[in-house]
Amino acid sequence: MSPRHAVAGSEARNLRPISGWGRYPQAASEILAADAPATLPALLHGRRGLIARGGGRAYGDAAIGQRITVLTGALDRMRGFDPASGRLWAEAGITLAEILRTVLPQGFFPPVVPGTQFVTLGGMIAADVHGKNHHREGGFGAHVEALTLLTPDGVPRSCSRERDPDLFAMTLGGMGLTGTILDATLRLRPVESGWIVQRTRVAADLAAMLRALEQDGEATYSVAWIDCLARGPSLGRGLVYRGEHAGREACRAAGRDPFPAPARGRLAVPPGWPGWTLNRLSVTAFNALYFRRGAAMAETPALVPWQAYFFPLDGLQAWNRLYGRRGFVQHQCVLPPRGAHAVLSEMLDRIARLGSASPLAVLKRLGPGGGGLSFPMEGYTLALDLPANRATFALLEALDRLVVAAGGRLYLAKDARQSRDTFEAGYPDLPAFREMRRCLGAEEMLASRLSTRLGL
Amino acid sequence: MAGTLLLVGATSDIGHAVAARYAEAGWRILLAARDPARAQRNADDLAARFRAEVTLLRLDILETDGFAQVLDALPVLPDTVVCAVGELGDQTRAEGDMTHAEQVMRTNFLGPALLLGLLAERFAARGSGAIVGISSVAGDRGRGSNYVYGAGKAGFSAFLSGLRNRLAGRGIRVVTVKPGFVRTRMTRDLRLPPLLTAAPSEVGRAIYAAAEGGGRDIVYVRPVWRLVMAVIGAIPEPVFKRLRL
Repeated sequence: MSPRHAVAGSEARNLRPISGWGRYPQAASEILAADAPATLPALLHGRRGLIARGGGRAYGDAAIGQRITVLTGALDRMRGFDPASGRLWAEAGITLAEILRTVLPQGFFPPVVPGTQFVTLGGMIAADVHGKNHHREGGFGAHVEALTLLTPDGVPRSCSRERDPDLFAMTLGGMGLTGTILDATLRLRPVESGWIVQRTRVAADLAAMLRALEQDGEATYSVAWIDCLARGPSLGRGLVYRGEHAGREACRAAGRDPFPAPARGRLAVPPGWPGWTLNRLSVTAFNALYFRRGAAMAETPALVPWQAYFFPLDGLQAWNRLYGRRGFVQHQCVLPPRGAHAVLSEMLDRIARLGSASPLAVLKRLGPGGGGLSFPMEGYTLALDLPANRATFALLEALDRLVVAAGGRLYLAKDARQSRDTFEAGYPDLPAFREMRRCLGAEEMLASRLSTRLGL
Repeated sequence: MAGTLLLVGATSDIGHAVAARYAEAGWRILLAARDPARAQRNADDLAARFRAEVTLLRLDILETDGFAQVLDALPVLPDTVVCAVGELGDQTRAEGDMTHAEQVMRTNFLGPALLLGLLAERFAARGSGAIVGISSVAGDRGRGSNYVYGAGKAGFSAFLSGLRNRLAGRGIRVVTVKPGFVRTRMTRDLRLPPLLTAAPSEVGRAIYAAAEGGGRDIVYVRPVWRLVMAVIGAIPEPVFKRLRL
């Protein structure tokens, strides 16, 4: 509370079971809370097996320390924002929600946003998150101009494309394993409003779906919801949502305030929600209704608030409780465009046959990737949630084999269970990444459950 | 009407949340900290988020002799002062270590009271101003687990109460804040009950509303604390002394 109190030595030493957003797996870890960027080197000095944790929105075990998990929530200060250039300098623990709250009323929007605004800046860099505009804008890392990295030698280093470029490149998507990100500078894009003009198109089957996504090459944003339980001729059916930032005029014509105040109060899933409520019957019914409702509104452009377009699930607090006590896993892969249709058909057919997929399945087109351990690469990415149980794990083993055979890979920020072989097959820059870790002396010091599991 | 806020204890989590609420309302912010370099990131944050005009200055709450000089050097006499200085200290250590006990008492009572007393004179001469002291529910009744801290806060609460009584009707508002549990660096090692625990931003909003909107004189950030402390206050001493609190 006071300057006097904040002297060193007030570090927490408690062992707690923690998990990622999927609530699977759970592991005990010592929790350390960062105070300020300046005191972090002393806090981490001499410690081993630690990883930084931001919003805790990685689904699996990426943000669970092998021994120590470092909470970065207190590193949430903005250090500078220039409304002329849109350049933002902020500490790594600031959330995307806080960034949006500040910059949107001033006419700026982050260049890339993931599916939730409760991630932190450091987390977005470490996972090199992608948005619904990857086909045009690349990943989040492409828009980071510079960052300060606390490397294992205890020295904060500024790096960028000019300064320490290899370390900078490996840190984008590096899952916090090259150092602890303290702050970063990025360029925001100017927007005229907080509204999105959304156009929904219906895809009756997988071929139509892929065609629609290809046609969206010029669209600013494009994402598809896919009905994972549809089979036969309807396999791969879904809705494709194209989005453009609405101009000031469009808002005025619709009688909307360009930058409306965010609505307060959100629904929350109560603790202890039973996982059986998500079953084949309820999800099939939901998907059929959702598809029909979307089809009825198709082709008519609609003005939707940015929260609804980018972060629909943020409206339901603690939605990860929907799967019950045992938690869930998200499987997100990317497949190269050539032959993607056949592989996706096979995958979707197996998923539909198992019948336990959640209604939340997403298909997107990705552009060329950024290298390192960054997930995106040219192709299609499919993401779906499944309850954490034996049947799911067996299915995912089979899906992984299809992904590997097709030359694809899995997203580390979502992963809780892929095998080392699957991982190694998917990331050709892995030897270079391991070499960088060795040179930095990071192997012992920086380790998450994920990095240990995958031999990073 | 936006004015100038003097925040004393600018590296505190609650203090920063208070400054943010005032900056959001367009106020000019004077940040006083023992180590201004450590408060720089808070100053930057206010400027980046709210385009606030922020001035950093050095003030050590234990250097009471230097208070007048610090106030003389202010670019302007502030409209509102919020004192967020506090030190929980280590109760067990304070029981055997007089130096530590003295520091906790001086940090929580002597320094803040003398500083706000001095500002009160200047506000009274001008005929306007708001004085906000962040005290604590720990000062409402001494408990075995933190009575050195609690005694300091009790003294501070009594001082603010007297100041309020004396200056009522003279254009000076005096607000005592008893935040209850707040999620900050100071409390992060403690297990806190969620319903009784406020976020720093809640404290910031409550203080702004009380000081500038003319709410209550004594603010418990979460109203349930008023009830909790009423119950604790009502326990007869022969019973209270036997409780482990």
